[in-house]
Amino acid sequence: MWRFIAFRTLQAIPVILTVITVTFFLVRVAPGGPFSSEKAVSPQVEAALERQYRLDLPMYQQYFTYLADLAQGDMGPSFNFPGQRVDELILQGLPITAELGLYAMLVAVVIGVLAGVIAALKPNSIQDYIPMSLAMVGICMPTFLLGPLLVLVFGIWFDWLPVSGWGSSPGDKILPSITLGAMYAAYIARLSRSGMLEVLSQDYMRTARAKGLPGHVVVIKHALRGGLLPVISYLGPAFAGLLSGSFVVETIFQIPGLGRFYVQAAFNRDYTMILGTTTFLATLIVLFNLLSDFLAAWLNPRLRYQFSKGK
Amino acid sequence: MALLSVKDLTIHFHTRNGLVRAVDGVSFDVHAGETYAIIGESGSGKSVACYSLLGLVPMPPGRVEAGTAMFAGKDLLRLSNSEMRKVRGKGISIIFQDPMTSLNPFLKVGEQLIEPLLLHFDMKREEAWEKATATLEEVGINNAAQRMNAWPFEFSGGMRQRVMIAMALITEPEIIIADEPTTALDVTVQAQILKLLKDLQVRRNIGVIFISHDLSVVADIADNIAVMQNGKLVEQGSRDAIFTAASHPYTKKLLAAVPVGEKQPAPAQDEPPIVSVDNLCVFFGESGTDSEVKAVNNVSLQIERGEILGLVGESGSGKSTLGRSILRLVNPTSGSIRFKDHDVTHMNARQLKPLRRQMQMIFQDPYASLNPRMTVYDTLSEPLLLHGICNRKNLDAEVFRLMDSVGLARESVLRYPHEFSGGQRQRIAIGRAIATKPQFIIADEPVSALDVTIQAQILDLLLELVDRFDLTMLFVSHDLGVVRYLSDRILVMRSGELVEAGTANEIFTAPKQDYTRALLDAIPGKSLLAARAADSGS
Amino acid sequence: MTDTTTPDNLLAATPKGVSLWQDAWVRLRKNKLAMFGLGFLGFIIVICILAPWITPYGYEDQDLRLGASAPSAAHWLGTDTFGRDLLTRIIYGGRISLAVGFIATSVALVVGVTYGAIAGYVGGRVDSVMMRLVDIIYALPFMIFIILLMVVFGRNLLLLFLAIGAVEWLTMARIVRGQVQNLRQQEFIEAAISLGLSPAAIIRKHVIPNVLGPVIVYTTLTIPNVMLLEAFLSFLGLGIQPPNSSWGLLISYGVESMEEYPWLLLFPGFALTLTLFALNFLGDGLRDALDPKASRD
Repeated sequence: MWRFIAFRTLQAIPVILTVITVTFFLVRVAPGGPFSSEKAVSPQVEAALERQYRLDLPMYQQYFTYLADLAQGDMGPSFNFPGQRVDELILQGLPITAELGLYAMLVAVVIGVLAGVIAALKPNSIQDYIPMSLAMVGICMPTFLLGPLLVLVFGIWFDWLPVSGWGSSPGDKILPSITLGAMYAAYIARLSRSGMLEVLSQDYMRTARAKGLPGHVVVIKHALRGGLLPVISYLGPAFAGLLSGSFVVETIFQIPGLGRFYVQAAFNRDYTMILGTTTFLATLIVLFNLLSDFLAAWLNPRLRYQFSKGK
Repeated sequence: MALLSVKDLTIHFHTRNGLVRAVDGVSFDVHAGETYAIIGESGSGKSVACYSLLGLVPMPPGRVEAGTAMFAGKDLLRLSNSEMRKVRGKGISIIFQDPMTSLNPFLKVGEQLIEPLLLHFDMKREEAWEKATATLEEVGINNAAQRMNAWPFEFSGGMRQRVMIAMALITEPEIIIADEPTTALDVTVQAQILKLLKDLQVRRNIGVIFISHDLSVVADIADNIAVMQNGKLVEQGSRDAIFTAASHPYTKKLLAAVPVGEKQPAPAQDEPPIVSVDNLCVFFGESGTDSEVKAVNNVSLQIERGEILGLVGESGSGKSTLGRSILRLVNPTSGSIRFKDHDVTHMNARQLKPLRRQMQMIFQDPYASLNPRMTVYDTLSEPLLLHGICNRKNLDAEVFRLMDSVGLARESVLRYPHEFSGGQRQRIAIGRAIATKPQFIIADEPVSALDVTIQAQILDLLLELVDRFDLTMLFVSHDLGVVRYLSDRILVMRSGELVEAGTANEIFTAPKQDYTRALLDAIPGKSLLAARAADSGS
Repeated sequence: MTDTTTPDNLLAATPKGVSLWQDAWVRLRKNKLAMFGLGFLGFIIVICILAPWITPYGYEDQDLRLGASAPSAAHWLGTDTFGRDLLTRIIYGGRISLAVGFIATSVALVVGVTYGAIAGYVGGRVDSVMMRLVDIIYALPFMIFIILLMVVFGRNLLLLFLAIGAVEWLTMARIVRGQVQNLRQQEFIEAAISLGLSPAAIIRKHVIPNVLGPVIVYTTLTIPNVMLLEAFLSFLGLGIQPPNSSWGLLISYGVESMEEYPWLLLFPGFALTLTLFALNFLGDGLRDALDPKASRD
């Protein structure tokens, strides 16, 4: 097991490095400097600014100093928020985005798994059709449409819930969490339905029933673990999706999290900010993919056995 | 008094494609201490009939239309769910066909074994664990205490079936239903499992319902035998009565399908061998590591012109790999393969092409060996056109001639594989193999996926074609009876090596190796063979 | 010759078999949702192609006196704040959204099928290197990269096609590779090899017809994903740029004024959602129809 973890972790390092490198050079070759939009700056000021942001060095030196700084957690100063460092800005936004992501993930997993399992227990019945139709709606209703619609209906027409902010008025976390989680709840519902159906058709389900076990024991003890493995493996990609979804949700609900920073930085061509957030988010996503892989492997006895034997 | 008395059991399936009378008015009794065998081919309704006793038939689409099944004073067909759960696993246990898929891969073996005890006897966990360990020992698993904590995948197929048997026995049921419990296993393992089942049944005085498609499997253990066909129970009686005095034509056909006797070896030829293999090795995986599999290890053999050479071995013995490497479908690691005057060991695809016309293969699974998107016409015309045997003008005539040769109706020429039965599909595959008029054919378990009566037809077709087209054949099989019936010479393979060679008569009457002897001892149905031999002798 | 009937006549007179494709079509036709999807999709495509000939208004025709007006007989879906006919704009937006969907999916299709087929058919070390590469690319956070690309290189339609296609080919490659690998082990491929067929002929006659089913299914399911991605980027202002328009862009305009003029959000939203519904229904239906497992019972 440990060997597997070490191996996979080592495999993630080149991925993260590639992300950093590609992002770095993409940003550097981008047409137009960071200050070209601003009005005539005197050459002296520009030179001073370039020195401050180390733009006067040759490209490869910039790259290696950036890597060295990054290793110490320093992502350099922001172009658009003078005086603030990118890593500080990221740390400001992170808790908010993390909280939003956590709630959305809870919404996705709890609703998704419940709906999927219920549907799989009685396929092609009303108990299957209703949750699966809702899941289909969830898949076809993108976050940036669902969000405004929820705001329109519950925030404006019924006036039940606040339509923006995060933690400033009671209940303002409900709509963003649902908006962000809905599509993943839909995917997870479909995944757990097909996973459960697959497992329920296995021979060993018949064995369990032939022992005289009651239905709920058969499902919970014998079917659930195998049936939900695909869901576990999906958690990594779902997390990546949630992060990019947070760009939209934070914009719609005006939540001061990482996602909104990223979108603003993209608009303002705040290159150090883009570079920093991309690196950070990408690393996070790679790590989560790794975690969900580990979890899935750990739940699979054959893999676990092989690892413990060092194979 | 009978333990179980089934009367007029009728089960229909209401499917989209109409009504299927899966079980049609079946009646039988099972007594304590009796092994009651139900024989039938696939689709005969034998499994459905037995599963319905425990309410394991999916309903819908299935429905019990009529009948009673009295067990311990209750009608099994009319129990409520909760009453049925008390019968399942406690009164009647069941052993399923495929031990590889019938154990939950996510739970340890011990966990699965104690489940029925905790459920039906309100036992403490420790107590149940102890009893389960003892039962595992009883079914012949060494180190039972340790093995209780193992995962199912750590067991081989035969060992898993022992676990399944232990699981069925653990609650001391009055009846055990065994649904083809040895079909997925090798012959030697099958013999062990059959013996174990019989011993346990006698020792514990339980009733066993043994479902099988193969008369010879049950021949040595059954007390009474019932024969099912198309949902109807066509004949039942004591084993001896069925073997010697069967009255129903279907029973007779089943009995006749058991291959008996051996071929007279063809006279030796002066010609050089058609195939000669020298020191052939085929290894898979990385060499020098644990993952290396020596599928074929230093094998040398010669196949004489005009003979049928039988190649027997259990699963994993490398017999299929050997066959495939002669046709260069698998690349050899070392050694040499000669076909007539050509060294084919290192030929590339282009060099091989003209030779391919002369050597062909018939595969095991007629469901996988035909391209599902090609009609019979496409499948049969492909080799004819490829090797320039026909032009567009005489193609149709040749395709029809081929269909005649293998006994396919000409009207079905434009049909697709899924519209045929298994036996018919194998005929198409045989037609494709003989299309180029080859001299040498490898038949890799060509009948093992087929029902017994179909098996006999296909074997006879092969013999007829060998005779008519002067073919040489390498016949690969796990079934010694079939090989004996068909082959001039027999090779025995084990773990990648050839262990013995000889004429069928030599192998069967005077085996030199212990392994060959073990294989021969494991052949099921000795009593049936004796009865049949006496019958055909008279 | 002992044949009494001439084979030519007999061949013409024999009953035709039912191919798996015909079988699948029969199953698909029974699936009402899938047929609705197919019909709706055809309808939308025809309307979008014929847009210039069927809309009475130009796509940028402003009527400032009108401003944002609710649906009426003259403007079935109302007008936006500049007095532009919303229905016309939705139809023109659909042209771009659908074009992105189809073109980017084609990119994914060509790249993914070729890559996956090669990896699956060649097998061995080539396969493991190729698939390891896919694994690594898979682990990259793509959405972020696409955003980055759009920021760095400007909002270029061609780049958008390529970028989205570059994400979606991975799954296609995995699916095709798995299918081909599965097929390779089938005995009918071995039979074709032992007949002496060349690899090219085996791929053409035996592999491609058998992987076509899953490829069609997955292609149908990729299109909605791609359309979503485009709409997502356009919504953020990073995709399609005015004066072009797409459903994502129309939705983002709609959000700005949804309190006063909700129809500006609702109608483009419906257009996108309904089309995605249609594509997903069709994809699911195709999967059920083409999946050999479903036909076994």
